Amino acid sequence: MKEGYIKRAAWAPFVESLARRCQVYAPCEEGETVRFRQIREGDPVCLDHPAHGAPKGVIFPQSETLFTFTFSKDPDEPQKTRVSLDAEPARSHAVILAGRPCDARGFTILDRVFLEADPYYRERRERTTIITLACNRCFSGCFCASVGGGPADKTGSDALVTELEHGYYIEVLTEKGADKLADSGMEDGAAYRDEAKKRQDGAINGAGVYTKVRPELSASDEFWQETAEKCLSCGACTYLCPTCQCFNITDEQGITTGERIRSWDSCMFSHFTLEASGHNPRSRKSQRLKNRVEHKFIWYPEVHGEPACTGCGRCIRHCPASVDISRIVTLLSGREETHDAA
Amino acid sequence: MNVEKLKSAVREVLPSVDAVIGYCNGSDPLRAEPCFMKDEKLVEEMILNPLCVHNLTSYLPAEKRRVAVVVKGCDSRSLIQLLQEGLVKRENVVIIGVPCRGVVSVKKVRAAVGHEKVLSVAFEGDAVIIKTASGEKELALSDVSPAKCATCQYPTPLLYDVLTGDPVEPGKPADQVYDDVRKIESMSLPERRAYWEKELGRCVRCYACRNACPLCVCTESCIAETREPHWMSQKATEREKMMFHLIHALHLAGRCTECGECERACPMNIPLGLLKKKINMEMLELFGYKAGTDPTDKPPLFTFRPDEERIEEHKLP
Repeated sequence: MKEGYIKRAAWAPFVESLARRCQVYAPCEEGETVRFRQIREGDPVCLDHPAHGAPKGVIFPQSETLFTFTFSKDPDEPQKTRVSLDAEPARSHAVILAGRPCDARGFTILDRVFLEADPYYRERRERTTIITLACNRCFSGCFCASVGGGPADKTGSDALVTELEHGYYIEVLTEKGADKLADSGMEDGAAYRDEAKKRQDGAINGAGVYTKVRPELSASDEFWQETAEKCLSCGACTYLCPTCQCFNITDEQGITTGERIRSWDSCMFSHFTLEASGHNPRSRKSQRLKNRVEHKFIWYPEVHGEPACTGCGRCIRHCPASVDISRIVTLLSGREETHDAA
Repeated sequence: MNVEKLKSAVREVLPSVDAVIGYCNGSDPLRAEPCFMKDEKLVEEMILNPLCVHNLTSYLPAEKRRVAVVVKGCDSRSLIQLLQEGLVKRENVVIIGVPCRGVVSVKKVRAAVGHEKVLSVAFEGDAVIIKTASGEKELALSDVSPAKCATCQYPTPLLYDVLTGDPVEPGKPADQVYDDVRKIESMSLPERRAYWEKELGRCVRCYACRNACPLCVCTESCIAETREPHWMSQKATEREKMMFHLIHALHLAGRCTECGECERACPMNIPLGLLKKKINMEMLELFGYKAGTDPTDKPPLFTFRPDEERIEEHKLP
C-alpha cells in the first residue's frame, strides 16, 4: 500500500485535473441537498456530510438503455417484419469521489449479485475507480460499525482519503486507485500517518445496533403489521440505499423504434410482486417491509455471510414516516433497546 | 399544544373506535412518528409538540377500521377535502383537533446542526434547543419551520369532534401566502425552465410525495407506473420526471390543501409544494375557491356551472 498527502490548497486543482481525465461523480451541494452528480469545472465537492442518495447510480443507473430496436419492412416481402437490435455499452472511465466507506462497501454487496451475470454492470464497475472519504463523525441514522463497516473501512475502495487539519492523507489501496492518483501532486504521506490514524480511530462509529436477526422472531405477522402501520409504501428507502438492487425491465416503444430499459424498482411498491394472473403474494405493506428487512438481514447473510446493509442510515434519516431499520433489527435480535452509539 | 388534554381526549374516544392515530417519539430524538393506538397501553407515550409534523389524514383513505385521528389546522383541511370527495366517511372517523403554533422542518433543523446525530431536542417558548456531540444549539422555531407555517391561516382545526386546547387566532400575513410562487413567476421563462429542470432533475421517482399526499388516492393505478395505458416511460429523464410532477399537481387542482406533505416527504428536497400552490392560486382567482375549508362545498372541477362569474366566455360569432 502506498500513502500520500495532498495539501488543502492542492485539493481543488487535484479534483479539476481528475475531472479533465475522466468523469468524476462527487457529492455536490444544491441548496440544502447534497447530490452525487458529475462535476463540472469549478464545482466544489461537499466533504461536510454524506450525499442524500448513495452513489450507486454511477454503476447501477436509475435507468439505462439495454438496447434499442427498430422494426422495418422489406418492400418485396411486406408480410415480414424485421427487427434490428443495437446496444452501446459504456466506454468512459469514471471516478466516484468522496463517497463514504458505507457507499464503497455497498458496491461489494451489489457485486455478488451483478458482477458475473451482468455485462452492463461489469463494464461500468471495471471502469470506475472509487476514492472514498473517511468519516470524522456520526450522522443521523448511521450504524456502519454494527454491520461490519466503520468510519474508515476500506472495503470496496480503491483509495481512502482522511481529512486532516491542513490537508488530506491518502491511502492508495489498488492499482486503479494508484492510476487515478498518479499525477495528483501527492507528496509522501508517511509523516501524516499518525495524525490520520488518530482521526480515524476518534470518529464516533455507530456501533451498538444488534443485527443478528432471529428468524423465529421475524415470523410474527403481528410484529410486522404493527411495525409497518406507519409505512407509506414509497420507495425512498430503497432508492437511497447503497445496496438495494431490484430493477424492472420495460420496453419503451414508439411506432417503429423503441428501447428496452432497465430502471430501479422497489420491493416496497405493491405492484413489484403483482403477477400476471392478478395474484399478489405481497399485497400488504407489512409483508413488503418484512421482505426488505429479511432480505438484508436473513437471506443475504445466509448466502454471503454478511448483511446486505452497510449502515449508511439513509433509509432512516429520509423516511417520511420515521421507519427505522436499526430499531427493527434490534427488536428482531431479541433486544429491547439499541446501545447508545454516542 | 397541551398533551395532557390530548391524552384524556384519546382515552375517552378509545373505547368507541378500533384505533387512534396520533404521535409518539421516534427512535431519533428529532423525529416523532405516527403511532396507531389500539388500547390504553400506548396512550401514555403520546406526544404533542412541534415535532408532530406528519399529516395523519394520509392514512385514512386506505383505512378500513373506524378510527380517531389527531389533526392540526392544516391537516383538518385535508380531512374536509377527503370528506367532500367521499374518500372518507364521516361516521368512520372521530376527529381530535389540536390547535397548533407551528411545527419544525426536520430538514432545516438537520442543516442547522450540520447533519449530525441529534442527541436531544427541547422546546422552550419559541426556541428549539438541539443537542449534538458538538454541543448545544438554540434555534428560533420560526427559522426552522416549514414555509407553510410562516403564512398559516388555519392554526386551529376547521373541523373536529373534540378540540384539545384553546383555539389559536390566525395572525400570519394572508397576502404573503403565495409570495413564493410569485417569486418563481417573476423569473423569465428560460430561467424558470432551468430552475425546474435542476430541481426536478434530483427526483428519484420514489413516489414519497405521492404516497404521503392525503389526496393522492389512485394507489395501484397511478399513471406514473401503469403500463395500460402506457402514459409514461420508466426512464429517469428530466422530461419524464417533470411529466409526473405536473400530472400530480394537475390532479390536485382544487383539491390540494397545501399541507406540504409532498415537500416534507421528498428525500431529495424538491420544492414540490410550489407546483401545487401555483395551481391553487389559479383556482382562487378563477373560482374563488380554497380547498378543504368548508365540508359542505364541492371542488369546482367536480361541478359544472354554465356561467362562471370570473371566467369570460368565448363569444361565438
